[in-house]
Amino acid sequence: MSVVSDLASAPLAETPAIGAPKLPDILAPVKPHGRVVGFCLRHPTIVIGGGILVIMILIAVLAPYLGTVDPTTLAPSKRTREPSALFWFGSDMLGRDIYSRVLFGTRVSLLVGFSVAFLASFIGLAIGLSAGFLRAADGVVMRVMDGLMSIPPILLAIALMALTRGSVGNVITAITIAEVPRVSRLVRGVVLSLREQPFIDGAVAAGTRVPMIILRHVVPNTLAPLTVQATYICASAMITEAILSFLGVGTPPIIPSWGNIMAEGRALWQVKFYIVLFPAIFLSLTVLAVNLLGDGLRDALDPRLAKKL
Amino acid sequence: MNAPLLSVTDLKKHFAVRGSRGAAAGFVRAVDGVSFEIARGETLSLVGESGCGKSTVGRAVLRLSDITAGEIVLDGRRIDDLSASAFRPLRRRMQVVFQDPFSSLNPRLRIKATLAEPIRNFGLARTAAQIEEKISELLDTVRLPRDAAKRFPHEFSGGQRQRIGIARALAAKPDLIICDEAVSALDVSVKAQIVNLLQDLQKELGLALLFISHDLAIVEHMTHRVAVMYLGKIVETAKKREIFASPKHPYTFALLSAVPVPEPGNMRTRIVLKGDVPSPINPPQGCRFNTRCPYAFDRCRSEEPALRDLGEGQWAACHLHDLPEAENPLSGGGHAV
Repeated sequence: MSVVSDLASAPLAETPAIGAPKLPDILAPVKPHGRVVGFCLRHPTIVIGGGILVIMILIAVLAPYLGTVDPTTLAPSKRTREPSALFWFGSDMLGRDIYSRVLFGTRVSLLVGFSVAFLASFIGLAIGLSAGFLRAADGVVMRVMDGLMSIPPILLAIALMALTRGSVGNVITAITIAEVPRVSRLVRGVVLSLREQPFIDGAVAAGTRVPMIILRHVVPNTLAPLTVQATYICASAMITEAILSFLGVGTPPIIPSWGNIMAEGRALWQVKFYIVLFPAIFLSLTVLAVNLLGDGLRDALDPRLAKKL
Repeated sequence: MNAPLLSVTDLKKHFAVRGSRGAAAGFVRAVDGVSFEIARGETLSLVGESGCGKSTVGRAVLRLSDITAGEIVLDGRRIDDLSASAFRPLRRRMQVVFQDPFSSLNPRLRIKATLAEPIRNFGLARTAAQIEEKISELLDTVRLPRDAAKRFPHEFSGGQRQRIGIARALAAKPDLIICDEAVSALDVSVKAQIVNLLQDLQKELGLALLFISHDLAIVEHMTHRVAVMYLGKIVETAKKREIFASPKHPYTFALLSAVPVPEPGNMRTRIVLKGDVPSPINPPQGCRFNTRCPYAFDRCRSEEPALRDLGEGQWAACHLHDLPEAENPLSGGGHAV
């Protein structure tokens, strides 16, 4: 018998097993987090902003069940009480419960913020798309938008409110008109740069008609920057609503809104600061939350945009 | 020869330049009278330096941009004056592969949606199952795994995306694919794979290719004929062998002399061009190349040379060939200099 066949017939088990050397801990594979935990760790601003915003939405929806009383009930004998067990945030100069008023005010702010963000995005998208695709419309539409943008948004909103009666709907309309130009510009810019992308030419060569090009290839690619812009619009709309109410040209005084509460507390602010304090805290917190969410979304959706800004 | 698949005659594309006051201050003559033909199953390479108008020719042929003048005939049918809706069904026959594999696919669409688009638009398959079947075939054709259909473009490398781009072009079952610098953005090994893939597909499917490139080494590898462009005009066109062995235009000679030789010590005669390409807004009088041509003489500065037949299917636009043989530096072989 030859040596070769000896070797070949030798049982494999006799070869000493070469075990993997023990790695120091630092080289051990990183254990990946689950999808949800990983996302939260990577985007803390989205979690914080989104979390606060969800709490605010819950407050707005559940306002009647959170130990509130009717926010419009007058109690002349219990005017300007300090915060106490009875009036958690104190009472105003007509004896109304500020806690209840602030909680119900959340509804107005969120309604205005979300409505304006949605409407302005939608209208701005439509205007931006038509300006970006129709050469003829571009000049005229964008000059009108430039004109609107040259007026400070608050001034424009005040002017528009002066033309109508104060109501939440009119406030939303006025702020939307003031915000649309910014969105249109953004969308037009994105559309113009998308139009030059080879994948659009590829789709044209593939026989796709213009409406389908807009729907399939252009609109989906504007959504990321548009979503980010919508959050900023939401925040600025809430502030504008508060300013309009504070100036007495926004939400009618019967409806409790943060701006109204602060406007009413303004005269007493040096002695009864809590009337202004609590709605101000809520407003700041909500706007902060929306802005954090916007920043987080910007980083998550469009890393290139994040570097530019 | 049979009737050509594509024939372009005196194609011009001028872009208006606006002056400081918004009035038209002149025209960029990006393409200024280009004519060529491509036969079925043939590769024509359009070469030239950046800005000479080669991509503009490609876009004009595909009708991705309007043309200023000229005639484009696809398989015996004039297409440059058709309305957009009359032309749409004809788009199937000419497809395009772009340079940048990253921006040539819609980042928001799965691969199957991108590939289904031409199939559906041109009515090449009716039911969802048929479309699925076609997509799988296409992915096989470009040597990608079938499960690629479910993914998004960002999950692929540059070379893989270029394969997807080719698959999209093939989905329409075209007769002609215009490769606009299709391999220029890829690294060398991937470039070779894509070039080989294109050659295989050409053999299998009888495709004609208009290969727009500035990379002469690749062109030499895969083309049948070459057209050299300079400043919006074709200065020389010939079969591959003629153009690489004995270029008849000084510009072609300069381009070829710039191609690196893969053997150390084996230097070739070089013509190093001086200066920049003149502005296409105000091209030079006479021959467009006279400002940079080492052999330019008086006639070149006043009279523009026309393309003329020099035999063996080789055409060049150069006055040197009117000179007596002895005075022509480009006569005979390419190593005369």
